[in-house]
Amino acid sequence: MSDLATYNFAYLDEQTKRMIRRAILKAIAIPGYQVPFASREMPMPYGWGTGGVQITASIIGPDDVLKVIDQGADDTTNAVSIRAFFAKVANVAVTTHTHDASIIQTRHRIPEKTLLEGQVLVYQVPIPEPLRFLEPRETETRTMHALEEYGLMHVKLYEDIALNGHIATTYAYPVKVAGRYVMDPSPIPKFDNPKMHLSEALQLFGAGREKRIYAIPPHTAVVSLDFEDHPFEVQTFDRPCALCGAEDVYLDEVILDDKGGRMFVCSDTDHCEERRACGCVGELGVKQEAAE
Amino acid sequence: MYVAVKGGETAIANAHRLLADKRRGDRSLPAISSEQVIEQLTLAVDRVMAEASLYDRALAALAFRQARGDMIEAIFLLRAYRTTLPRFGTSLPIDTGHMLIERRVSATYKDLPGGQLLGPTFDYTHRLLDPSLLEDGPVEEGERRTEACEPAMRVSDILAGEGLIEGDGTLQEDEGGGDLTREPMEFPMSRDLRLQALARGDEGFLLALGYSTQRGYGRNHPFTGEIRIGEVEIELYVPELGFAVSLGDIRVTECQMVTQFKGSSKVPPQFTRGYGLVFGQSERKAMSMSLVDRALRAREFGEDILAPAQDEEFVLSHCDNVQATGFVEHLKLPHYVDFQAELDLVRRMRGEYEASRPGTQIPQTKEAAE
Repeated sequence: MSDLATYNFAYLDEQTKRMIRRAILKAIAIPGYQVPFASREMPMPYGWGTGGVQITASIIGPDDVLKVIDQGADDTTNAVSIRAFFAKVANVAVTTHTHDASIIQTRHRIPEKTLLEGQVLVYQVPIPEPLRFLEPRETETRTMHALEEYGLMHVKLYEDIALNGHIATTYAYPVKVAGRYVMDPSPIPKFDNPKMHLSEALQLFGAGREKRIYAIPPHTAVVSLDFEDHPFEVQTFDRPCALCGAEDVYLDEVILDDKGGRMFVCSDTDHCEERRACGCVGELGVKQEAAE
Repeated sequence: MYVAVKGGETAIANAHRLLADKRRGDRSLPAISSEQVIEQLTLAVDRVMAEASLYDRALAALAFRQARGDMIEAIFLLRAYRTTLPRFGTSLPIDTGHMLIERRVSATYKDLPGGQLLGPTFDYTHRLLDPSLLEDGPVEEGERRTEACEPAMRVSDILAGEGLIEGDGTLQEDEGGGDLTREPMEFPMSRDLRLQALARGDEGFLLALGYSTQRGYGRNHPFTGEIRIGEVEIELYVPELGFAVSLGDIRVTECQMVTQFKGSSKVPPQFTRGYGLVFGQSERKAMSMSLVDRALRAREFGEDILAPAQDEEFVLSHCDNVQATGFVEHLKLPHYVDFQAELDLVRRMRGEYEASRPGTQIPQTKEAAE
């Protein structure tokens, strides 16, 4: 029974890693296309990042530096858990600093700091199919992609505008990659969509339960779907981060009391900490630093 | 005042420590052993092995204990171990015709070669709680046959002898032996892969679907041709040796459902089959599986696909309880980035709504923090 505890570097066996790397290469060759792959059962539950974990496990080497974020933060429990997993099974260096990381695994956010050549951003994807909520059948949606038949998606966006005056999609906002495939960017807020466009970094998307991998190679055009008279817009916040004073970043709303009190702080914790280390202070940040 | 959510690592470690503590429970009671679980909670062990697709009682019992008796968690533990194992070959098809039978019942014939053997069944027990189990009193040994029994030919073979049931089908050289755990699912799926998915599918889900076919959602007029439970030999063909060697025996439950007949101008009417095979002893699962298998063959027989149980994508995409539980339970992970995006939109749309109503004041967003 004692030999149960021995696992290969980065958990997956080398044959599996090869299989996943082949899927990744195909995904890079056809930007935005969902490549089926033989997803393995991972030691964490489906829906908790098994796709991202399998991609990271397949590309990580002993010299890599790994950062894991969930909701933009390094210290959310599932990010902590995944980081600890790789620190254990691959014994790699881990970091919370975006610029130090060679691989960043993420759930629901793209870091605020612009990613650079040589970095890989690995997204955890729950439902890879952007057309899934319009057409539940895989056989149908694959055909629609093959025929580049995306009218249904435009009708949906149009209906949003007709009913609500707005496109009611605020996250997992569909994009067109390299002018061909409509792709689900994973449930990142649409605020982050422009960061995917012409990024220097390689972006890989893993959906473990749905057994799909897709990719955006560096310097690839990624365009959020919209209409000429209803152009794509990102969320804006009418105030800066309360801790570091950053503007033009995505903010989390934190409830302070039961009287409606709330503050808005950077969702990207590393970005916020770095700014504060450089002396940037937001409205409530002074108190925070004084307390420490 | 705002306190950054730090210390996730310590919190996780502490939570797991508490879990281990709760798992052990009252220390004044002896800890249960895997041997006790294997011997006395056999059907739980069987279910874990079946839905994890790994036949190993010791590991299944360990998983069951580790999971504090949570079936799906135990199945998940065992699957996460199974997936790391190398595959060194494919066994020969098991021959359930040569099963060492523990139980065998047919609902289609009153008596048949090999007879009806009830075996260790809950059937015909009166479901009255038995206080005698509270004391560890002596338990009578079961009666066991001494002489070798008459060979029990399969009911499907009896029917096939008359040509009354469709054949088992034959596979081409390069067909079959697909592996769901090594290849991504693609639809439409071949029957071998469908059966694989059903064999590891959730018992409760298949039970409900099987039940739905009986209530008219994809009815297929089933008769339980036969259920047999017992041990079969696993053999592996070794090319270096030139012959098959035995790897041991496993206990399985097989159900052959004899279902709605079919005929055309070219083929005389024949009964059709639904098939179920499960590790260990689980009639409920094997029977449900055979009903669903038959329902899923609707396309093959040119039947209208109207009911959920006949819908391949629906059934096979949702029968895996490890996938299902993971995705349902992932909703408890933080989603506040996306929720923030929705909040923002709803607030904006409410603002626009209020503004558009004549005579109403545009309400100011409450900013108590400021």
